[in-house]
Amino acid sequence: MSTGIGAPVKRKEDKRFTTGKGNYTDDIRKENQAYAAFVRSPHAHAKVKGIDASAALAMDGVIEVLDGHQLTGDGIGNIICGWAVNSKDGSPMNMGAWSALATEKVRYVGDAVAVVIAETQALARIAAEAVEVDYEILPVIAHVMNAMADGAPQIHENAPGNQIYDWELGDEAATDAGLASAAHITSIDLTNNRLSPNPMEPRSAIATYDDAEEHYTLYTTSQNPHVARLVLSAFYNVAPENKLRVIAPDVGGGFGAKIYIYPEEITCLWASMKTNRSVKWTSDRAEAFITDAHGRDHVTTAKMGFDANNKIVGFKVDTVANLGAYMSLFSSSVPTYLYAPLLSGQYDIQNIHCNVRTYYTNTVPVDAYRGAGRPEATYLVERMMETAARELGMDPAELRRINFIQSFPHQTPVLMAYDAGDFPKILDMAQGSADVAGFAARKAEAATRGKLRGLGYSTFIEACGLAPSKAAGSLGAGVGLWESAEVRVNPVGSIEILTGSHSHGQGHETTFAQIVADRFDIPIEGVSIVHGDTDKVQFGMGTYGSRSAPVGMSAVVKAMDKVEAKVKKIAAHTLEASEDDIVIEGGQVKVAGTDKAMAWHEVGLAAYIAHNLPDGMEPGLKETAFFDPVNFSFPSGAFICEVEVDPDTGEVEIIQFTSADDFGTIINPLIVEGQVHGGVTQGIGQAMLEQVIYDDDGQLLTGSYMDYTMPRAADVPSYNVSHHEGSPSPNNPLGVKGCGEAGAIGSPPAVINAITDAIGNNDLAMPATPQAVWRALQAAKPVAAE
Amino acid sequence: MTTINMTVNGKAVSGDVPDQTLLSEFLRENLRLTGTHIGCDTSQCGACVVHINGRPVKSCSTLAVSLDGADVKTIEGVSNGELHPMQQAFNDNHGLQCGFCTPGMIMTGIDMVERYKAAGKPLTSEAIRAELEGNICRCTGYHNIVKSIEDAATKM
Repeated sequence: MSTGIGAPVKRKEDKRFTTGKGNYTDDIRKENQAYAAFVRSPHAHAKVKGIDASAALAMDGVIEVLDGHQLTGDGIGNIICGWAVNSKDGSPMNMGAWSALATEKVRYVGDAVAVVIAETQALARIAAEAVEVDYEILPVIAHVMNAMADGAPQIHENAPGNQIYDWELGDEAATDAGLASAAHITSIDLTNNRLSPNPMEPRSAIATYDDAEEHYTLYTTSQNPHVARLVLSAFYNVAPENKLRVIAPDVGGGFGAKIYIYPEEITCLWASMKTNRSVKWTSDRAEAFITDAHGRDHVTTAKMGFDANNKIVGFKVDTVANLGAYMSLFSSSVPTYLYAPLLSGQYDIQNIHCNVRTYYTNTVPVDAYRGAGRPEATYLVERMMETAARELGMDPAELRRINFIQSFPHQTPVLMAYDAGDFPKILDMAQGSADVAGFAARKAEAATRGKLRGLGYSTFIEACGLAPSKAAGSLGAGVGLWESAEVRVNPVGSIEILTGSHSHGQGHETTFAQIVADRFDIPIEGVSIVHGDTDKVQFGMGTYGSRSAPVGMSAVVKAMDKVEAKVKKIAAHTLEASEDDIVIEGGQVKVAGTDKAMAWHEVGLAAYIAHNLPDGMEPGLKETAFFDPVNFSFPSGAFICEVEVDPDTGEVEIIQFTSADDFGTIINPLIVEGQVHGGVTQGIGQAMLEQVIYDDDGQLLTGSYMDYTMPRAADVPSYNVSHHEGSPSPNNPLGVKGCGEAGAIGSPPAVINAITDAIGNNDLAMPATPQAVWRALQAAKPVAAE
Repeated sequence: MTTINMTVNGKAVSGDVPDQTLLSEFLRENLRLTGTHIGCDTSQCGACVVHINGRPVKSCSTLAVSLDGADVKTIEGVSNGELHPMQQAFNDNHGLQCGFCTPGMIMTGIDMVERYKAAGKPLTSEAIRAELEGNICRCTGYHNIVKSIEDAATKM
């Protein structure tokens, strides 16, 4: 069976995970290991007047209690946001100071003020409870719409009115003119509900300091260990990069939450030096809810205008986004450059304007969560299209079709140049596989059982593999967004791929090996993937934004190009043939059309033995490449959700969920489909179940799995998934587009569009709980005459 | 401290543990059987499921001292050289991504199939979804976990 590109190869990494032999950070135990527990603020906003650690320090087994004054006194730098977004008046964003351990003030429930280091985890936690912190409680902003009110409490001194920036994209005058010319305008107000990413493995860190070498080692649950090392070195002054090794071993899911470098990792590193002990910290779930960056949390009003032919003539958007108490690493980019440029969706819209204001609140910092800005854009655009179709009395699929972009490349008015796609085709595929033609009959049949059946669409675009670095830099990104790879052919012919991409569920050990097995026509068993260790892999930007295939694999391909060229030179020299006649196939390097050949491993051996290489050739067979894409990739999809609502209880059952995706070339359909299943389920979670709720005092009401509803097996259906591979990305050598986020991006509006279709009321917010659906249903009923 | 004796994966083990020690801690920290995972604090996620005297139990909410004399099986004890049909089915059907919930899913899945077989009941996909009430996966969307358990049920 083929193990090359496109083959459903079973995962190479599964054996260790199915037998309990995975190696996650909390599974690791260092010699002489101590445990950290954080003293966290129970108040959402308060001055720290004093810290009395004497009772904790008096406990047997407590090694040290450290606070923020000691941390900043040792020169540990403030946590930064790495993407500079300017307000529309040109002023820079108002980034408030964020120390890993708070000194003067705490700004959300969970803000750490001190850390206890003790001999056991249980003791560290008990001692943390014994640290007495004197707080002066301050007024709280728990909800973003209160942050801008006159007289609102001031969270950061340098952010007047709690505003971080007031940013815009697009031509406002042209958009206003477009709307003024419209025959019909659809207006909507909506909230994109706040979520907690919840990878199943809680975050964890173990830091070790070697005082003889002045060297640190950090094991951590990271999606991007090199970025962690870069930031820890360049901004937090923990240690220079050559004195800091960061290892992200098996990581149990990320979804964005493990991109960032949090106070806990910084503190563990510093504490390991202060105590000369390995310091381990593992979050529990309650701590994860109050420390892992949250996602979404937008409030938006928007208008879309249509001409007499139902073509879109203008789209105007005003969004307020909550960034929480501090600016997390990529927080500024999520509601701006990852949001507004997606507002054109799959549609040919000439005039778009988007204004975004972001604010501080006394809540957990908000940053990228699966999709990051693109789900918020998609939810807005696709609810708008469905609502407009209902107002216009049109089939929602038809309204989409007449506005689809038909030719590529396509320049939108909001920065993006779409490269390739076939939107009518994927909508056709989805409609066929969802049997839309049979919906009316199914709806009628459901009605005989007293159920309301509804159907909703979402036809969406995303932008993955954020690129190129130069363009990202011009928009404020603090880092380049390339990827690197090394292809190491060993003397026995086996191959190691060292990649800066990081696998935390994506199956890179299989898919990256597939592209190598495909290229060199060798058994996949002979290919291993090395990742997640800054001492092994030269550099990397990590895995997020569906970038591992379009960017990470492309770097591997580029390095393979160099290896292939050298292999052909060696073979041509050995076999006394022309390089142009050498072909690599069937485990051999051959002279085409002859029986002259070397086995693949003989070429590897020849390269390292180096007894008979072409004049001037360096020994060895190992090549490195950096790949910086020329553009984003633009996956797209058409989702159709079909639901039944019980009008008595408001309960919604998803009867069928259909996706037709365009991910370009597919390396492994098993893995791609798995990504769609998981992403759609997270989107259904957002649409129907999940919401982070704070009370007015800034206390988190959804701080465990008893309160925050994670999708369970019985909440979701089996999925009906198909792919269109006919529009590969022209911007990378494999034609791949990225598949990690599509499900989460496209599904929430499909679900809500289906439910609102069923109940006959467009006014329904996420999460569409039975209570919310029932209330919307009652509101939609005609009021009986008195 | 209390001295406990139990059988874990067929081997007699003993340990002196503080009375508040959870079985999950005893397995992970004392026996270094780290395949049993801790994903929540409230007995919701099921990453910690093990079998105690043949029944699936969340080891994060079971005191080790209450299990003196018990027979415990963890994910490390499931395979007998060859992968167990449930483990193989998870691989065959891409029933895992990050792998963190997988040990609990496999322990729950094995119990589910054995119970339904013993009762002579068909294990439908609806039944599998209902039976997975105590196991959360954030990666797979459950589609392939259900397929994996259905597949294993035909081979166990």
